[in-house]
Amino acid sequence: MKRKKFRLRRTPFVLLGIFLTLWLIGISLNEPTRVLEQAKSICLDCIGIG
Amino acid sequence: MELARKWVQALWFFLANGFWGFPATGNLYQGPLKIICSPGLNCYSCPAATTYCPIGSIQQLLLGIRFSVQNGQYFFGTFVLGSMGMLGAVFGRFICGWACPFGFIQELLYKIPSRKFSIPTWLNWLKYGFLLIFVILLPLLIVDDFGMGKPWFCKYVCPAGTLEAGIPMLILMPDLRSIVGWLYVNKIIILTGFIIWSIKASRPFCRTTCPLGAFYALFSRYQLIKLKLNEDNCTKCGACHKVCPVEINFNETPDSCECVHCMRCMTEACNFDAISVEVAGYPMFGQNPDRKRTITNA
Repeated sequence: MKRKKFRLRRTPFVLLGIFLTLWLIGISLNEPTRVLEQAKSICLDCIGIG
Repeated sequence: MELARKWVQALWFFLANGFWGFPATGNLYQGPLKIICSPGLNCYSCPAATTYCPIGSIQQLLLGIRFSVQNGQYFFGTFVLGSMGMLGAVFGRFICGWACPFGFIQELLYKIPSRKFSIPTWLNWLKYGFLLIFVILLPLLIVDDFGMGKPWFCKYVCPAGTLEAGIPMLILMPDLRSIVGWLYVNKIIILTGFIIWSIKASRPFCRTTCPLGAFYALFSRYQLIKLKLNEDNCTKCGACHKVCPVEINFNETPDSCECVHCMRCMTEACNFDAISVEVAGYPMFGQNPDRKRTITNA
């Protein structure tokens, strides 16, 4: 039986590279500290109280 | 497979909401895990939440962008966008079907016996509007005298925040009850509406409103892991249409943005191995290359 050939899709790896770069840029700008700061506090606006 | 998926969903629900010490501490989880992006929609103000909600965080960063730039901090949301994008590029809406706590809640509600209704297709487009307008444009553009915007989606729409954080926080912190106003009533009405809708229709929030689902849907054609239709094996019997919880015709639109990759079409419906899971173009499971020949010979 003839074995079917498969073609590697490259687009997911390109996208992964782009978003990994963005993620690293965010880290270099110290954004995780800000995200952690926000996530540790109760956002009253977000839960419909503020 | 469906039972396994339910267990995976339950596992993700408890991983994303795994801090059960909140009745003792009287506050939400404040540990280092909150630097991790929740793959599914899960409010980080939920007292048990262990991760941050990407939709909440991206709004918070965008609404304060002027303020942070004035202070020499360039927080444009790239860290959060990068996290969301990497998840989307690998899994796409597999996350909706397997790892979203709010999607899991909706699926459980849909199990309540009642007369069921379908959702008009045009409503599916609304979620892209919520992503663009409520999550990006309004927090970025509508600002107060201090240059600060509002988290429009969280504040005025998100029923997950009301269910997972608004109600538990009012129970946990009685002091907050005195400041409850029309906004909270509005959010309770929205939550009630979605609860009733979820009993009557399958995953209405995911299909019509969820901005995170809309973001992941953008990857449907290009995500690393995806469902694939083997057209040689497909008999167009339509069995995949009947089991689909989001009412798509998989054999006609295999890259549909609405597909939450629950894999019911592959494991419960298709008898011809026409649907498989592929990774970057390579079939991983669900496809037997000899199957068609077997069927032909039978």
